[in-house]
Amino acid sequence: MNKVEKTTSDQAITPDPGFGREVEENSRTRVSACFQCLKCTGGCPVTFAMDLMPNQVIRMIQLGMKDEVLRSSTIWVCASCETCTTRCPNDIDIAHVMDTLRQAALTEKIAPAQKEILAFHQIFLMTIRFLGRLYEPGMLGALKAWTRVLNRGEIKLGWKMFRKGKLKVIPRAAGKGSELRAIFAKAKQKVKGEGSKVKG
Amino acid sequence: MNPMNPKNPLIKVSYYPGCSLHSSGREYGESTEAVARDLQVELGELPDWNCCGATSGHATNERLDLLLSARNLWIAEKTGRDLVVPCAACFQRLKTAEKKLLEGPEKEEIPIGYQGKIRIKHLADFIWEDVGPKKIREKVRKPLAGLKPVCYYGCLTVRPPRVTGARDPEDPKVMDNILKILGARVMNWSYKTDCCGGSLVLARPDIVRRLVGKLLENAEEAGANCVVTACPLCQANLDGQQDEIVLETGKKPKLPIFYFTELMGLAFQNPEAKSWWKRHLTDPRKLLKEKGLI
Repeated sequence: MNKVEKTTSDQAITPDPGFGREVEENSRTRVSACFQCLKCTGGCPVTFAMDLMPNQVIRMIQLGMKDEVLRSSTIWVCASCETCTTRCPNDIDIAHVMDTLRQAALTEKIAPAQKEILAFHQIFLMTIRFLGRLYEPGMLGALKAWTRVLNRGEIKLGWKMFRKGKLKVIPRAAGKGSELRAIFAKAKQKVKGEGSKVKG
Repeated sequence: MNPMNPKNPLIKVSYYPGCSLHSSGREYGESTEAVARDLQVELGELPDWNCCGATSGHATNERLDLLLSARNLWIAEKTGRDLVVPCAACFQRLKTAEKKLLEGPEKEEIPIGYQGKIRIKHLADFIWEDVGPKKIREKVRKPLAGLKPVCYYGCLTVRPPRVTGARDPEDPKVMDNILKILGARVMNWSYKTDCCGGSLVLARPDIVRRLVGKLLENAEEAGANCVVTACPLCQANLDGQQDEIVLETGKKPKLPIFYFTELMGLAFQNPEAKSWWKRHLTDPRKLLKEKGLI
């Protein structure tokens, strides 16, 4: 519980009273129904890597602590395993709330607490935009170039996968270029500044 | 359509392999197609399918996530055949899109006219429920005696049940049932649907290693000599991270991680099975030889 201090600053918290409603509308789930039973946090497999526990995120949304929530590592570290959503006795789709918060952070141009994770998502989607399907070698190369971290373990794993025929050398495109372009254009209002903003 | 399809299929379905089955999960794709032929199932690969967007799609842009899957569903419905999906993540994204397009407010926003006339099923559920235990039993040539697997379903074959339709999301049994028919001694464990960390492996491998380490440790504690999966990302994480985990902790013996379709192919004595084992990063051949299965 003492981990809350990590993301709250020394200054007084300025709650945003509309935040709870905004999250409820965008996620179409009733965050206000939470009575802090802690089942979400109890079942979450990645709490060890989080700065806010899932139940704290929900409570902070109710309290309007927008900035604290959107700046947290938790929203990026969440692995979308949906255990919380499955177990919530009040039918709060917590995993979907996490999606909503990530997208709110992007819209608000808040620098992600986990830059590498957002970079991964953006590079992943970039390869889909160009090819329609995932091209693993291209994605891995781009991600490693961006993070500029490549350790021996990863090189070894990559080489082993290549030798075992698990990395396709030549990408195969799909999605009739024009159709996929239309999909990305339609969805664009929510895709925010690929690449450039990540480093913000 | 696949030229390798069976001559007299009993069931014809559409097939959405997903990106992984064409590359890092290649042996899952190969074994799925081989086993389908044995079971007289015709898999018609969805023409010009696109990526479902996976975690990256729904995490950063829900509209994109929906549109990517909507296109696949639209193509699938035109074929008029039920859609079979081997990848857990693809399955869950397609099911989510189905629910939104049929019941959500998105129905009005996205006029693709998807009517939900086809069923979307995960491969394991399809094999158990549509092909059925009788047909599987009929095909077993070499029972998997000596194999003691734990079944690892991963997150997205079952969760959230409102979307996936899973009857028992905390304790799924389909793979257990299939493996028992194949003659394996399926071990009980409490980690059937615990998370492996999924795509976090590229940005935060430390998280994935910790989760995978816990899974492998508990598989061994349950007395298993291998793990069986139904998701290409689960398999990649459990199989591919073992070297690093051994380096970091210096203690764990290695466990082979199979796709359930590979073990079906082995029990059916499908001649293609021998080409799958060499693709594993944690080589399963030692165990299979020891048990007299290859």
